[in-house]
Amino acid sequence: MAVSSPASPQAYIKHHLENLQVGSGFWTFNLDSLFFSILLGVLFLWIFHRVARKATSGVPSKLQCAVEMIFEFVNNTVKDMFTGQNKLIAPLALTVFIWVFLMNLMDLIPVDFLPYAGQYLGLSHLRVVPTADVSITMSMSLGVFALIIIYSIKYKGITGFIKEYTLHPFNHWAFAPINLVLELVSLLAKPVSLGLRLFGNMYAGELIFILIAALLPWWSQWVLSLPWAIFHILIITLQAFIFMVLTIVYLAMASATEDH
Amino acid sequence: MNMNATLLGQAITFVLFVWFCMKFVWPPVIRAIEKRQKEIADGLASAETAKKDLELAKANTSDIMQQAKVEANAIIEQANKRKAAILEEAQQEASREKERIVAQGLAEVEAERKRAREELKQQVATLAIAGAEKIIERSVNEAANSDIIDKLVAEL
Repeated sequence: MAVSSPASPQAYIKHHLENLQVGSGFWTFNLDSLFFSILLGVLFLWIFHRVARKATSGVPSKLQCAVEMIFEFVNNTVKDMFTGQNKLIAPLALTVFIWVFLMNLMDLIPVDFLPYAGQYLGLSHLRVVPTADVSITMSMSLGVFALIIIYSIKYKGITGFIKEYTLHPFNHWAFAPINLVLELVSLLAKPVSLGLRLFGNMYAGELIFILIAALLPWWSQWVLSLPWAIFHILIITLQAFIFMVLTIVYLAMASATEDH
Repeated sequence: MNMNATLLGQAITFVLFVWFCMKFVWPPVIRAIEKRQKEIADGLASAETAKKDLELAKANTSDIMQQAKVEANAIIEQANKRKAAILEEAQQEASREKERIVAQGLAEVEAERKRAREELKQQVATLAIAGAEKIIERSVNEAANSDIIDKLVAEL
Protein backbone atom coordinates (compact mmCIF):
# COMPACT_ATOMS: atom_id res chain seq x y z
CA MET A 1 0.00 0.00 0.00
CA ALA A 2 2.19 2.75 -1.33
CA VAL A 3 -0.50 5.31 -0.77
CA SER A 4 -0.84 4.72 2.93
CA SER A 5 1.91 7.17 3.82
CA PRO A 6 2.55 9.70 1.08
CA ALA A 7 6.02 11.13 1.17
CA SER A 8 5.31 14.80 0.64
CA PRO A 9 2.50 17.34 1.11
CA GLN A 10 2.04 17.35 -2.66
CA ALA A 11 1.58 13.63 -2.76
CA TYR A 12 -0.68 13.79 0.27
CA ILE A 13 -2.92 16.40 -1.32
CA LYS A 14 -2.96 14.63 -4.64
CA HIS A 15 -3.87 11.41 -2.92
CA HIS A 16 -6.73 13.08 -1.15
CA LEU A 17 -8.16 14.49 -4.33
CA GLU A 18 -8.39 11.17 -6.09
CA ASN A 19 -11.56 9.15 -6.08
CA LEU A 20 -11.86 5.46 -5.60
CA GLN A 21 -12.50 4.53 -9.20
CA VAL A 22 -13.33 1.52 -11.29
CA GLY A 23 -13.53 1.40 -15.06
CA SER A 24 -11.73 3.58 -17.53
CA GLY A 25 -12.33 6.49 -19.83
CA PHE A 26 -15.88 7.82 -19.73
CA TRP A 27 -17.12 4.66 -18.06
CA THR A 28 -15.27 5.34 -14.88
CA PHE A 29 -17.26 5.15 -11.69
CA ASN A 30 -16.34 7.12 -8.60
CA LEU A 31 -17.36 4.43 -6.16
CA ASP A 32 -16.82 6.53 -3.04
CA SER A 33 -18.99 9.41 -4.27
CA LEU A 34 -21.71 7.03 -5.38
CA PHE A 35 -21.58 5.10 -2.14
CA PHE A 36 -21.78 8.12 0.14
CA SER A 37 -24.41 9.96 -1.91
CA ILE A 38 -26.65 6.90 -1.99
CA LEU A 39 -25.98 6.19 1.69
CA LEU A 40 -26.94 9.75 2.66
CA GLY A 41 -29.96 9.71 0.37
CA VAL A 42 -31.17 6.51 1.99
CA LEU A 43 -30.45 7.93 5.44
CA PHE A 44 -32.52 11.01 4.63
CA LEU A 45 -35.41 8.96 3.29
CA TRP A 46 -35.27 6.54 6.20
CA ILE A 47 -35.32 9.24 8.88
CA PHE A 48 -38.05 11.26 7.22
CA HIS A 49 -40.12 8.20 6.47
CA ARG A 50 -39.85 7.05 10.06
CA VAL A 51 -40.95 10.46 11.30
CA ALA A 52 -43.76 10.63 8.77
CA ARG A 53 -45.05 7.21 9.79
CA LYS A 54 -44.98 8.01 13.48
CA ALA A 55 -46.29 11.54 12.96
CA THR A 56 -48.81 12.53 15.58
CA SER A 57 -51.19 15.43 15.72
CA GLY A 58 -50.55 15.59 19.45
CA VAL A 59 -47.35 16.79 21.05
CA PRO A 60 -44.61 15.85 18.58
CA SER A 61 -41.25 14.36 19.41
CA LYS A 62 -38.17 16.51 19.02
CA LEU A 63 -37.26 14.80 15.77
CA GLN A 64 -40.74 15.32 14.40
CA CYS A 65 -40.52 18.96 15.43
CA ALA A 66 -37.24 19.36 13.58
CA VAL A 67 -38.61 17.66 10.48
CA GLU A 68 -41.74 19.79 10.64
CA MET A 69 -39.67 22.94 10.87
CA ILE A 70 -37.61 21.93 7.83
CA PHE A 71 -40.81 21.05 5.99
CA GLU A 72 -42.37 24.36 6.80
CA PHE A 73 -39.26 26.24 5.79
CA VAL A 74 -39.00 24.48 2.43
CA ASN A 75 -42.72 24.73 1.84
CA ASN A 76 -42.73 28.47 2.48
CA THR A 77 -39.77 28.97 0.20
CA VAL A 78 -41.51 27.04 -2.56
CA LYS A 79 -44.76 28.94 -2.07
CA ASP A 80 -42.96 32.25 -2.28
CA MET A 81 -41.20 31.42 -5.51
CA PHE A 82 -43.29 28.94 -7.43
CA THR A 83 -46.68 30.45 -8.02
CA GLY A 84 -48.13 27.65 -10.11
CA GLN A 85 -49.76 24.50 -8.87
CA ASN A 86 -47.46 21.54 -8.92
CA LYS A 87 -47.18 18.53 -6.67
CA LEU A 88 -43.60 17.76 -7.60
CA ILE A 89 -41.87 21.01 -6.73
CA ALA A 90 -42.07 20.96 -2.93
CA PRO A 91 -40.93 17.34 -2.46
CA LEU A 92 -38.22 17.92 -5.04
CA ALA A 93 -37.04 21.02 -3.22
CA LEU A 94 -37.07 19.20 0.12
CA THR A 95 -35.08 16.29 -1.28
CA VAL A 96 -32.57 18.57 -2.97
CA PHE A 97 -32.13 20.64 0.17
CA ILE A 98 -31.69 17.81 2.64
CA TRP A 99 -29.67 15.59 0.36
CA VAL A 100 -27.24 18.31 -0.66
CA PHE A 101 -27.01 19.43 2.94
CA LEU A 102 -26.16 15.93 4.14
CA MET A 103 -23.60 15.45 1.40
CA ASN A 104 -22.04 18.81 2.24
CA LEU A 105 -22.06 17.87 5.89
CA MET A 106 -19.54 15.11 5.17
CA ASP A 107 -17.05 17.91 4.72
CA LEU A 108 -17.04 18.53 8.46
CA ILE A 109 -15.74 15.05 9.22
CA PRO A 110 -11.97 15.39 9.51
CA VAL A 111 -10.43 14.71 6.11
CA ASP A 112 -8.37 11.73 7.16
CA PHE A 113 -10.79 9.85 9.40
CA LEU A 114 -12.76 7.90 6.86
CA PRO A 115 -9.92 7.46 4.31
CA TYR A 116 -7.73 6.11 7.10
CA ALA A 117 -10.42 3.71 8.18
CA GLY A 118 -10.91 2.84 4.52
CA GLN A 119 -7.30 1.80 4.20
CA TYR A 120 -7.84 -0.96 6.70
CA LEU A 121 -10.65 -2.18 4.47
CA GLY A 122 -8.28 -2.17 1.53
CA LEU A 123 -9.53 0.99 -0.12
CA SER A 124 -6.66 2.88 -1.66
CA HIS A 125 -8.52 6.16 -2.07
CA LEU A 126 -11.62 7.58 -0.41
CA ARG A 127 -13.26 10.96 -0.87
CA VAL A 128 -16.15 11.31 1.50
CA VAL A 129 -17.76 14.52 0.23
CA PRO A 130 -19.91 13.57 -2.77
CA THR A 131 -20.69 17.22 -3.57
CA ALA A 132 -16.98 17.90 -3.99
CA ASP A 133 -17.10 15.50 -6.92
CA VAL A 134 -18.08 17.31 -10.10
CA SER A 135 -19.79 14.21 -11.48
CA ILE A 136 -22.29 14.19 -8.63
CA THR A 137 -23.15 17.88 -8.73
CA MET A 138 -23.38 17.93 -12.50
CA SER A 139 -25.61 14.88 -12.52
CA MET A 140 -27.95 16.62 -10.10
CA SER A 141 -27.98 19.79 -12.16
CA LEU A 142 -28.58 17.75 -15.33
CA GLY A 143 -31.60 16.26 -13.60
CA VAL A 144 -32.83 19.77 -12.96
CA PHE A 145 -32.01 20.64 -16.57
CA ALA A 146 -34.17 17.78 -17.80
CA LEU A 147 -36.99 18.99 -15.57
CA ILE A 148 -36.61 22.53 -16.96
CA ILE A 149 -37.12 21.25 -20.49
CA ILE A 150 -39.98 18.96 -19.50
CA TYR A 151 -41.73 21.78 -17.65
CA SER A 152 -41.22 24.22 -20.49
CA ILE A 153 -42.85 21.83 -22.93
CA LYS A 154 -45.55 20.83 -20.48
CA TYR A 155 -46.64 24.38 -19.68
CA LYS A 156 -46.05 26.03 -23.05
CA GLY A 157 -46.54 23.21 -25.50
CA ILE A 158 -44.10 22.23 -28.21
CA THR A 159 -44.82 25.33 -30.26
CA GLY A 160 -44.51 27.60 -27.25
CA PHE A 161 -41.25 25.91 -26.37
CA ILE A 162 -39.85 26.41 -29.89
CA LYS A 163 -41.15 29.96 -30.01
CA GLU A 164 -39.46 30.80 -26.75
CA TYR A 165 -36.12 29.82 -28.20
CA THR A 166 -36.53 31.37 -31.64
CA LEU A 167 -38.65 34.52 -31.16
CA HIS A 168 -37.09 35.74 -27.97
CA PRO A 169 -35.61 38.31 -27.21
CA PHE A 170 -36.02 39.62 -30.82
CA ASN A 171 -39.57 38.97 -31.90
CA HIS A 172 -39.07 38.51 -35.61
CA TRP A 173 -38.56 35.32 -37.62
CA ALA A 174 -35.46 36.77 -39.34
CA PHE A 175 -33.71 36.85 -35.97
CA ALA A 176 -34.49 33.25 -35.22
CA PRO A 177 -30.89 31.94 -35.52
CA ILE A 178 -29.52 34.69 -33.28
CA ASN A 179 -32.31 34.17 -30.81
CA LEU A 180 -31.63 30.45 -30.79
CA VAL A 181 -27.98 30.98 -29.98
CA LEU A 182 -28.72 33.51 -27.25
CA GLU A 183 -31.44 31.46 -25.62
CA LEU A 184 -29.46 28.23 -25.84
CA VAL A 185 -26.57 29.87 -24.07
CA SER A 186 -28.78 31.08 -21.26
CA LEU A 187 -30.49 27.68 -21.08
CA LEU A 188 -27.24 25.76 -20.93
CA ALA A 189 -25.74 28.20 -18.46
CA LYS A 190 -28.35 27.20 -15.90
CA PRO A 191 -27.32 23.59 -15.23
CA VAL A 192 -23.65 24.35 -15.68
CA SER A 193 -23.66 27.19 -13.16
CA LEU A 194 -25.91 25.23 -10.82
CA GLY A 195 -23.65 22.18 -10.76
CA LEU A 196 -20.34 24.01 -10.83
CA ARG A 197 -21.27 26.45 -8.07
CA LEU A 198 -21.94 23.67 -5.60
CA PHE A 199 -18.94 21.68 -6.75
CA GLY A 200 -16.63 24.70 -6.60
CA ASN A 201 -17.63 25.67 -3.09
CA MET A 202 -17.37 22.17 -1.71
CA TYR A 203 -14.17 21.37 -3.53
CA ALA A 204 -12.57 24.56 -2.26
CA GLY A 205 -13.74 23.84 1.26
CA GLU A 206 -12.38 20.33 1.15
CA LEU A 207 -9.13 21.52 -0.36
CA ILE A 208 -8.57 24.00 2.42
CA PHE A 209 -9.10 21.29 5.02
CA ILE A 210 -6.60 19.12 3.16
CA LEU A 211 -4.09 21.95 2.86
CA ILE A 212 -4.31 22.66 6.57
CA ALA A 213 -3.85 18.99 7.32
CA ALA A 214 -0.96 18.68 4.87
CA LEU A 215 1.05 21.76 5.60
CA LEU A 216 0.72 22.48 9.31
CA PRO A 217 2.28 20.48 12.13
CA TRP A 218 -0.35 18.34 13.79
CA TRP A 219 -0.45 20.23 17.08
CA SER A 220 -1.31 23.55 15.48
CA GLN A 221 -3.81 22.46 12.88
CA TRP A 222 -6.81 23.32 14.99
CA VAL A 223 -5.86 27.01 14.95
CA LEU A 224 -6.88 27.21 11.32
CA SER A 225 -9.13 24.26 10.74
CA LEU A 226 -11.46 24.97 13.66
CA PRO A 227 -12.45 28.45 12.42
CA TRP A 228 -12.73 27.06 8.92
CA ALA A 229 -14.97 24.23 10.11
CA ILE A 230 -17.20 26.66 11.99
CA PHE A 231 -17.38 28.92 8.95
CA HIS A 232 -18.12 25.87 6.89
CA ILE A 233 -21.35 25.23 8.80
CA LEU A 234 -22.60 28.40 7.15
CA ILE A 235 -21.29 27.45 3.72
CA ILE A 236 -22.77 23.98 3.59
CA THR A 237 -26.20 25.23 4.68
CA LEU A 238 -26.04 28.17 2.32
CA GLN A 239 -24.98 26.06 -0.64
CA ALA A 240 -27.72 23.53 -0.01
CA PHE A 241 -30.21 26.38 0.26
CA ILE A 242 -28.93 28.04 -2.93
CA PHE A 243 -29.13 24.79 -4.83
CA MET A 244 -32.72 24.32 -3.71
CA VAL A 245 -33.74 27.91 -4.43
CA LEU A 246 -32.20 27.90 -7.88
CA THR A 247 -33.91 24.63 -8.69
CA ILE A 248 -37.25 26.16 -7.74
CA VAL A 249 -36.54 29.39 -9.58
CA TYR A 250 -35.49 27.64 -12.78
CA LEU A 251 -38.60 25.48 -12.75
CA ALA A 252 -40.79 28.47 -11.94
CA MET A 253 -39.28 30.29 -14.91
CA ALA A 254 -39.79 27.27 -17.12
CA SER A 255 -43.44 26.96 -16.14
CA ALA A 256 -44.24 30.67 -16.34
CA THR A 257 -46.44 31.18 -19.36
CA GLU A 258 -45.81 34.65 -20.62
CA ASP A 259 -46.88 36.00 -23.96
CA HIS A 260 -44.32 37.13 -26.46
CA MET B 1 4.37 12.96 6.31
CA ASN B 2 3.18 11.10 9.30
CA MET B 3 -0.40 10.01 8.87
CA ASN B 4 -0.84 9.29 12.56
CA ALA B 5 0.18 12.75 13.68
CA THR B 6 -2.11 14.37 11.16
CA LEU B 7 -4.86 12.19 12.37
CA LEU B 8 -4.20 13.38 15.90
CA GLY B 9 -4.28 17.00 14.77
CA GLN B 10 -7.56 16.43 13.03
CA ALA B 11 -8.89 14.68 16.10
CA ILE B 12 -8.08 17.76 18.18
CA THR B 13 -9.89 19.92 15.66
CA PHE B 14 -12.81 17.57 15.56
CA VAL B 15 -13.15 17.49 19.32
CA LEU B 16 -13.00 21.27 19.45
CA PHE B 17 -15.47 21.52 16.62
CA VAL B 18 -17.89 19.16 18.28
CA TRP B 19 -17.47 21.12 21.50
CA PHE B 20 -18.22 24.34 19.63
CA CYS B 21 -21.33 22.84 18.09
CA MET B 22 -22.53 21.55 21.43
CA LYS B 23 -21.91 24.93 22.97
CA PHE B 24 -23.10 27.34 20.31
CA VAL B 25 -24.88 25.57 17.47
CA TRP B 26 -26.98 22.91 19.12
CA PRO B 27 -28.60 24.94 21.96
CA PRO B 28 -30.46 27.46 19.77
CA VAL B 29 -31.66 24.69 17.50
CA ILE B 30 -32.88 22.50 20.33
CA ARG B 31 -34.35 25.54 22.07
CA ALA B 32 -36.37 26.38 18.99
CA ILE B 33 -37.54 22.79 18.79
CA GLU B 34 -38.45 22.66 22.46
CA LYS B 35 -40.25 25.98 22.22
CA ARG B 36 -42.31 24.66 19.36
CA GLN B 37 -42.99 21.46 21.27
CA LYS B 38 -44.06 23.44 24.30
CA GLU B 39 -46.31 25.67 22.25
CA ILE B 40 -48.04 22.68 20.74
CA ALA B 41 -48.38 21.00 24.13
CA ASP B 42 -49.74 24.19 25.70
CA GLY B 43 -52.17 24.66 22.86
CA LEU B 44 -53.47 21.13 23.19
CA ALA B 45 -53.69 21.42 26.97
CA SER B 46 -55.61 24.67 26.84
CA ALA B 47 -57.99 23.20 24.30
CA GLU B 48 -58.55 20.28 26.67
CA THR B 49 -59.14 22.65 29.59
CA ALA B 50 -61.56 24.71 27.57
CA LYS B 51 -63.46 21.58 26.65
CA LYS B 52 -63.66 20.53 30.30
CA ASP B 53 -64.74 24.02 31.31
CA LEU B 54 -67.48 23.93 28.75
CA GLU B 55 -68.72 20.59 30.02
CA LEU B 56 -68.62 21.86 33.58
CA ALA B 57 -70.51 24.98 32.60
CA LYS B 58 -73.12 22.86 30.84
CA ALA B 59 -73.56 20.71 33.94
CA ASN B 60 -73.75 23.85 36.06
CA THR B 61 -76.41 25.34 33.85
CA SER B 62 -78.66 22.36 34.17
CA ASP B 63 -78.10 22.37 37.94
CA ILE B 64 -78.99 26.01 38.16
CA MET B 65 -82.04 25.50 35.98
CA GLN B 66 -83.17 22.65 38.21
CA GLN B 67 -82.68 24.76 41.29
CA ALA B 68 -84.51 27.69 39.74
CA LYS B 69 -87.44 25.44 38.91
CA VAL B 70 -87.57 24.15 42.46
CA GLU B 71 -87.46 27.66 43.82
CA ALA B 72 -90.13 28.86 41.45
CA ASN B 73 -92.36 25.97 42.51
CA ALA B 74 -91.77 26.79 46.15
CA ILE B 75 -92.67 30.42 45.55
CA ILE B 76 -95.87 29.48 43.73
CA GLU B 77 -96.76 27.08 46.52
CA GLN B 78 -96.19 29.76 49.11
CA ALA B 79 -98.22 32.25 47.12
CA ASN B 80 -101.09 29.79 46.89
CA LYS B 81 -100.98 29.18 50.60
CA ARG B 82 -100.92 32.86 51.27
CA LYS B 83 -103.82 33.46 48.92
CA ALA B 84 -105.83 30.80 50.72
CA ALA B 85 -104.95 32.31 54.07
CA ILE B 86 -105.96 35.78 52.95
CA LEU B 87 -109.22 34.46 51.60
CA GLU B 88 -109.90 32.64 54.82
CA GLU B 89 -109.13 35.68 56.85
CA ALA B 90 -111.29 37.89 54.67
CA GLN B 91 -114.15 35.40 55.00
CA GLN B 92 -113.82 35.33 58.74
CA GLU B 93 -113.60 39.09 58.83
CA ALA B 94 -116.68 39.38 56.67
CA SER B 95 -118.70 36.95 58.76
CA ARG B 96 -117.62 38.72 61.93
CA GLU B 97 -118.66 42.01 60.38
CA LYS B 98 -121.94 40.49 59.33
CA GLU B 99 -122.61 39.23 62.83
CA ARG B 100 -121.67 42.57 64.27
CA ILE B 101 -123.99 44.40 61.87
CA VAL B 102 -126.77 41.95 62.51
CA ALA B 103 -126.32 42.27 66.25
CA GLN B 104 -126.30 46.02 66.01
CA GLY B 105 -129.44 45.96 63.90
CA LEU B 106 -131.15 43.72 66.38
CA ALA B 107 -130.13 45.97 69.25
CA GLU B 108 -131.38 48.98 67.42
CA VAL B 109 -134.66 47.29 66.63
CA GLU B 110 -134.99 46.27 70.25
CA ALA B 111 -134.28 49.79 71.43
CA GLU B 112 -136.73 51.18 68.93
CA ARG B 113 -139.33 48.75 70.09
CA LYS B 114 -138.72 49.63 73.72
CA ARG B 115 -138.92 53.29 72.91
CA ALA B 116 -142.12 52.82 70.93
CA ARG B 117 -143.55 50.75 73.68
CA GLU B 118 -142.63 53.37 76.22
CA GLU B 119 -144.16 55.99 74.07
CA LEU B 120 -147.17 53.87 73.51
CA LYS B 121 -147.47 53.28 77.23
CA GLN B 122 -147.22 56.97 77.79
CA GLN B 123 -149.88 57.68 75.23
CA VAL B 124 -152.10 54.90 76.48
CA ALA B 125 -151.70 56.29 79.95
CA THR B 126 -152.46 59.74 78.75
CA LEU B 127 -155.36 58.37 76.79
CA ALA B 128 -156.59 56.42 79.78
CA ILE B 129 -156.25 59.40 81.98
CA ALA B 130 -158.06 61.49 79.44
CA GLY B 131 -160.77 58.83 79.26
CA ALA B 132 -160.96 58.57 82.97
CA GLU B 133 -160.95 62.32 83.34
CA LYS B 134 -163.81 62.53 81.00
CA ILE B 135 -165.63 59.78 82.91
CA ILE B 136 -165.10 61.16 86.29
CA GLU B 137 -164.96 64.79 85.41
CA ARG B 138 -167.89 65.69 87.03
CA SER B 139 -167.56 63.79 90.22
CA VAL B 140 -164.01 63.23 91.00
CA ASN B 141 -161.29 65.62 91.92
CA GLU B 142 -158.32 65.21 89.73
CA ALA B 143 -155.79 65.54 92.42
CA ALA B 144 -157.50 63.03 94.64
CA ASN B 145 -157.39 60.38 91.99
CA SER B 146 -153.93 60.87 90.60
CA ASP B 147 -152.46 58.05 92.67
CA ILE B 148 -154.90 55.70 91.10
CA ILE B 149 -153.81 56.91 87.68
CA ASP B 150 -150.16 56.42 88.52
CA LYS B 151 -150.86 52.93 89.68
CA LEU B 152 -152.60 52.28 86.45
CA VAL B 153 -149.73 53.59 84.45
CA ALA B 154 -147.27 51.44 86.29
CA GLU B 155 -149.30 48.42 85.61
CA LEU B 156 -149.33 49.03 81.88
